[in-house]
Amino acid sequence: MNELDARGYSCPEPVLMTKKALQKGTPLKVLVDSMTPVQNITRFASNAGYQVSHRAVGEDFELTITK
Amino acid sequence: MVGFDSSDDAAVYRVNDETAMIATVDFFPPIVDDPFQFGQVAATNALSDVWAMGGTPKIAMNLLTFPNCLPLEVVQGILAGGYDKVMEAGAVIVGGHSIEDKEPKYGLCVMGFAHPDEVLTNDGAKEGDILVLTKPLGTGILSTAAKAGLLTQAEYDEMLAIMTTLNKKGQEAMLPVHPTACTDITGFGLLGHVQEMAKGCGLSFELWADAVPIVPKALELAKDGIIPGGAYNNMGYLADDVVVEPGVALERSDAMYDPQTAGGLLITVPESRSGELLQRLKDLGVPGAAIGMVKARGDKLVRLRPGY
Repeated sequence: MNELDARGYSCPEPVLMTKKALQKGTPLKVLVDSMTPVQNITRFASNAGYQVSHRAVGEDFELTITK
Repeated sequence: MVGFDSSDDAAVYRVNDETAMIATVDFFPPIVDDPFQFGQVAATNALSDVWAMGGTPKIAMNLLTFPNCLPLEVVQGILAGGYDKVMEAGAVIVGGHSIEDKEPKYGLCVMGFAHPDEVLTNDGAKEGDILVLTKPLGTGILSTAAKAGLLTQAEYDEMLAIMTTLNKKGQEAMLPVHPTACTDITGFGLLGHVQEMAKGCGLSFELWADAVPIVPKALELAKDGIIPGGAYNNMGYLADDVVVEPGVALERSDAMYDPQTAGGLLITVPESRSGELLQRLKDLGVPGAAIGMVKARGDKLVRLRPGY
């Protein structure tokens, strides 16, 4: 499992980091700390042909991106 | 005449039967790196409210905060950019105030005048009116991308041109056509300002997503998830008042929630005069587009449809 911790970064960094991390393959787990990156990463990944889901983990959010 | 009881763009005070004074203030942290350009954008934005209310800006005062580590040239650049746009507006800067702060911020307090009968508020739309927008959307998305260096020089220039175009000519085009209401698009995004207009007149507004001018690069970036948090905040607070019909592309609705800096005028005009308004805008080089219609009050204040 490919993993990325993008907490503490503000937009558009988490999306750009996700884009880069996806080059290493799926599935990818991304940890972010607000709903804005959740929605931005979801938009990017679904438009790029990936399946995306997210869940709350404490005060953070975890996205799972698969092909 | 206009104050806290309505959510309008500026305050209006009747001086006498011939003159109303319009007063507004706006300032924010840099949204572009170049000091001169930032000054231009901030002034374009601050001046805009006066035109949106049907007035002519006359007097402006600078508001500036800056850290003392900032080189003097930066401060001079910001003020020169502001001066440039105030001059272009035909107004004068008569003073201002600056204080030390951690982050630079700049803006202006602007005062203008109008005949009391010609003051334009944002709550006067009538059923059947056509909605006209005078600048393309997307500057929030584009400036987010610019911060990460995702724009080419040409794309950056297009964004800057939108944010430094005064709404002066847009207003000049609309006044003879007797609009029923007007506002300018800023931080609440197109949909936030449409909701405000709808609330003010108690009617529902229908918007045609495919007719709304949006910078193509901004649509591309929205698909890529390069959207500022402010757009999602707008989406959140507007959720109960806006219905988006199926068939509206997500990147188009995203751009309609995108917070704008120094956005265009949003004008409602009787349908019979909308063609004349669009022609007048065209003649003055302003990119006007009819983007929707005022309807009877429905269950939601704003209905976003794909087309007519």
